[in-house]
Amino acid sequence: MRELIQFRNIVKEFDGQLVLKGINLDICENEFVTLLGPSGCGKTTLLRILGGFIEQTEGEVYFDGIEISNVPPYKREINTVFQRYALFPHMNVFDNIAFGLNIKKENKDVIKQKVTKMLKLVGLEGYENRAVTQMSGGQQQRVAIARALVNEPMVLLLDEPLGALDLKLRKEMQVELKKIQKEVGITFIYVTHDQEEALTMSDKIVVLNEGEIQQIGSATDIYNEPENEFVAKFIGESNIIDGIMLDDYRVVFFDKEFECVDYGFHDNEPVDIVIRPEDIDIVDVEKGMIKGTVKSILFKGVHYEIMVETEHEDLKVHTTDVSEVGKEVGLSFFPEDIHVMSKMAAY
Amino acid sequence: MIKNKTGKFISNVYLIAMLIFMYLPIIYMCVFSFNSSRSLTRWTGFSTQWYERLFSDYTIGEAVYYTVLVALLATIFSTIIGTITAIGLSKSRYVIREIITNINDLPMMNPDIVTAIGMMLLFASLGLEKGFMTMLIAHITFCTPYVILNVMPKLRGLDPNIAEAAMDLGATPFQALIQVIVPQIAPGIMSGALIAFTMSIDDFVISYFVTGNGVKNISILVYSMSKRLNPTINALSTIMVSIVTIVLVLINVVPVINAKMKNKKISEEGNY
Ligand SMILES: Nc1ncnc2c1ncn2[C@@H]1O[C@H](COP(=O)(O)OP(=O)(O)OP(=O)(O)O)[C@@H](O)[C@H]1O
Ligand SMILES: [Mg+2]
Repeated sequence: MRELIQFRNIVKEFDGQLVLKGINLDICENEFVTLLGPSGCGKTTLLRILGGFIEQTEGEVYFDGIEISNVPPYKREINTVFQRYALFPHMNVFDNIAFGLNIKKENKDVIKQKVTKMLKLVGLEGYENRAVTQMSGGQQQRVAIARALVNEPMVLLLDEPLGALDLKLRKEMQVELKKIQKEVGITFIYVTHDQEEALTMSDKIVVLNEGEIQQIGSATDIYNEPENEFVAKFIGESNIIDGIMLDDYRVVFFDKEFECVDYGFHDNEPVDIVIRPEDIDIVDVEKGMIKGTVKSILFKGVHYEIMVETEHEDLKVHTTDVSEVGKEVGLSFFPEDIHVMSKMAAY
Repeated sequence: MIKNKTGKFISNVYLIAMLIFMYLPIIYMCVFSFNSSRSLTRWTGFSTQWYERLFSDYTIGEAVYYTVLVALLATIFSTIIGTITAIGLSKSRYVIREIITNINDLPMMNPDIVTAIGMMLLFASLGLEKGFMTMLIAHITFCTPYVILNVMPKLRGLDPNIAEAAMDLGATPFQALIQVIVPQIAPGIMSGALIAFTMSIDDFVISYFVTGNGVKNISILVYSMSKRLNPTINALSTIMVSIVTIVLVLINVVPVINAKMKNKKISEEGNY
């Protein structure tokens, strides 16, 4: 795939505060890239640099091989769905969506046709003449999506576009957006702090924290092979345990030696071990690799979340089996469920 | 209870007295503009002769022409300058914005005579010949602050991302200004323009000091005529009062009608 957008060492400073600390990121054509990170980590800032609304303090942005830092926003083949919609309150739904086409002086019939198609796509047929100020947050959000998409840009930036929708509509729109992206064949750069949304939709996930990229990879990479403690904690739930890597495929934690599938560390290197709660099985005491007592049980809908107290640290277990508080249990897991990460230099 | 009633009575009397005090002279003047004789104190019968004289009098016609022309031009220029300034201010840093808005309030609170003399001295030192141009410049100058004052609050309520959204969709900054920003602050621009118009129409002090070469507006003309008793003044003043009243009514009524129309449109759309 061809590389469409390249961020090279992007640094952004607001009043002496470093918000982006040297971002290097390549985005390919037709890719669905998600920027995932906690509130305030600089996601919107990175999008605004790409949109052309603010200038980076340092670094370059390449679009199709050309440095675009001096190209004004209205000349970039990029459209944005803003975090707070930014609809035009003095225009009705139709005129909002038609704005970009009107600016380009498209034929009136073509405009009508395209806008109608978009309204159908976002499920707002019949709302053409409604004032946008008279719509719910979710409806406004869908108008904002339609207004950006109708221009058929090469790249669409979406800043938490589904934040105001209820769960059901959100799932529907996720599927819909993914379908649109496949059909129209454009690059989506999607911002969210909802890890589940990121995992289901993206080709590539970029995990950000405090203005730094923590990991870039596919959903499975990021979930199964988190590169550091932050990623492991942020994506899904996890037990993180201190350990020591004896040599390849052998790790020690909880004063016990375990077989694992990781290699390439220094001998006796201190490491972080991640075990996902759903990878731990509760078995009889004598069959367990680790022994413990059930401390608490929470019903979570599909599964129970059980905290098991061991000699060392409490471990979280997700299981569909019933248990009871106070019961002595054994815990067991497979070598491939143990993920070893080197202790982060950044911490 | 009784106390309440008397209290209410007193406040009503006070209100009526106030209104009479303010409007009686104006009503008196209007009535006597239709008097058939020259007297300003004795009613002798109805006639429109003073209005006929007014409209056949060349100097009065000329004064009306200058007044309206200056008011229109001053309104247009001050509205454009004021709106652009307000938009610029809304984008600038807090400290700069505070300083400029305070400087902007100053001319409105200054006595007119101070502004008038200041302008007169300025024009004199620049060597400008006093006349139509100096009067127009002066009017634009004292009208602009009122426009800024009216537009600023509308800008404050604006979504900061809106201009960006327009540019994102391909609009140049100018297109974004005209198609997105201006329509949303239009009510502020409108009321600013109407206030500028009334301020210009009834200005006497500043105009008197900065004009020359026989260019007179209505106020100056009335002032020069008031030394010779003549009911055409009444007729002229009546017309001025009418114009100002109409404009003021518009300022207050137009927004109400606008809001009503908007509501009606929305409730009609609510049908489907
Ligand atoms: N115009 C600005 N001036 C000063 N600081 C800013 C400005 N814009 C953003 N920041 C700061 O930069 C940091 C990152 O902001 P940003 O909006 O990029 O976060 P975000 O990742 O989009 O968060 P969220 O998920 O809450 O939207 C924040 O600490 C914010 O306070
Ligand atoms: Mg944001």
